[in-house]
Amino acid sequence: MNNNKKVIEVSGLTKRFGNFTAVDKINFDVYEGEIFGFLGANGAGKTTAMKMLTGLLSPTSGMALVAGFDVYKQSEQIKMNIGYMSQKFSLYEDLTVAENIQFYAGIYGLTDKQIKEKTDFLLHKLGLEDSRNELIKSLPLGWKQKLSFSVAIIHDPSIVFLDEPTGGVDPITRRQFWGLIYEAAENKRTIFVTTHYMDEAEYCDRISIMVDGRIEALDSPSKLKEQFNSKSMNEVFIQLARKNQNQFV
Amino acid sequence: MNAVEVNGLTKYYGEKKAILSLSFNVNDGELFGFIGPDGAGKTTLFRILTTLLLPNEGYARILGKDVIKDFKFLRNHIGYMPGRFSLYMDLTVEENLRFFASIFNTTIEENYHLIKDIYVQIEPFKKRRAGNLSGGMKQKLALSCALIHKPQLLVLDEPTTGVDAVSRREFWEMLQRLKEQGITIIVSTPYMDEAILCDRIALIQNGSLLDIDSPNDIVAKYKKRLLSVETSLKHLAIKSLENYEHKVSVYPFGDSIHYTDIRNNFETADIKDYLVSKGIVDCKVVEIEAGIEDVFMSLMKEREHEQ
Repeated sequence: MNNNKKVIEVSGLTKRFGNFTAVDKINFDVYEGEIFGFLGANGAGKTTAMKMLTGLLSPTSGMALVAGFDVYKQSEQIKMNIGYMSQKFSLYEDLTVAENIQFYAGIYGLTDKQIKEKTDFLLHKLGLEDSRNELIKSLPLGWKQKLSFSVAIIHDPSIVFLDEPTGGVDPITRRQFWGLIYEAAENKRTIFVTTHYMDEAEYCDRISIMVDGRIEALDSPSKLKEQFNSKSMNEVFIQLARKNQNQFV
Repeated sequence: MNAVEVNGLTKYYGEKKAILSLSFNVNDGELFGFIGPDGAGKTTLFRILTTLLLPNEGYARILGKDVIKDFKFLRNHIGYMPGRFSLYMDLTVEENLRFFASIFNTTIEENYHLIKDIYVQIEPFKKRRAGNLSGGMKQKLALSCALIHKPQLLVLDEPTTGVDAVSRREFWEMLQRLKEQGITIIVSTPYMDEAILCDRIALIQNGSLLDIDSPNDIVAKYKKRLLSVETSLKHLAIKSLENYEHKVSVYPFGDSIHYTDIRNNFETADIKDYLVSKGIVDCKVVEIEAGIEDVFMSLMKEREHEQ
């Protein structure tokens, strides 16, 4: 962090589906190089909010700038200037390691020369040189996750969105993955991440917690624990998410 | 009696071994957890136990019956909730439940007492199609459908994956109540913090068991001294400890760092002094008890060295 350059600016952002308000006037900013944790219970509106921020869904009202681009009018520029990785959609199982890298680099418009350089660089960095021509489906899950993250930032975006990137991953690989996240943030890349692992919430610089379409809390993990008089982020989360709890959850 | 008895169970997919000579028992009425990451072999094992997949070697007996020979009997007495939501999206909540009841020759009314606690929470939406339910509601419907024929054994494959911390806690409360009704439950999860909610657990990785015991006994076997380091300069502290000559492992753990040392004879002050010398002045170093996740990572490393 340590700087005030805003990479995401959100004000009064709202999305309604018919009578249902999925995201209700949310406000927040995310700064360059920040690791921003975006938490909330299932159905709280996280996915809808992320879709608006990544240019996949047009808001009903409110304002949002991502990497300096307007979510209403410049969704294509947003897509070119952000990285995105989710647990569900990552790599093509029937392509090799090198083919996946080349594919993503091509999609993002890198030149042939850049693609060749990036491919060699990534294979070396991830220690995958020997697996270059192996199909993705033959790789262990942990390696796939690391490679997914690397291809998500292959076009050097200022911000990368990670949607539950570590679900189901073993505890050692999960921590190695966070090593990659820290490294990217040190290189001034902004990280916007969702997770259900509350220990990972502690690794973020700041966290927002969504409840029923609104942001109910936003601060650093230590300040949030102080504010809610809790020992862990898990306790904070349970206090907040239970606040409005009813049988519909 | 053992509700589940497994011996030398092995399954290959082509050349690849999914599970490797697994042996274990689950006692009657036990809440038994398989803890391990994706790809560990949990789903393969569960599909064999529920008679949906044939093993290559070894045997498994459920409720005293063989999973291959007695599959027809067993299917009537096992409730299975697969990892992937597999109810009928185009049927309503009530239609799904009635369908499952009728294929097992029973009715919702006959076994309503078993599902009441869970089903009342989704009953207001019984006319809604399953495809339009939220994640938490789908999970409750799937559990109701797995229970409606009054199974003696309930097999739940990662019921809490992708589920938020609050719903996860509620789900485990439901499992506790089912256990009190005498149903044996086998459940798998990638979340280490759920392990302590089971009577006994098996830690599973790469198709093999790392350990099997009660959560307390598993933790008690951890003999290393474990230190917790807290500091505002967490990232710098991790890097410094990684380069410390005596370190064995350094892992971030929520707001602290867990550290183990190659020596047995050392003071927590040694670690603190080292960190201070690296400019990390505000650190707190204390010795702590290990948790399941510490044990799991330690066993994972040991296995890697053996191979």
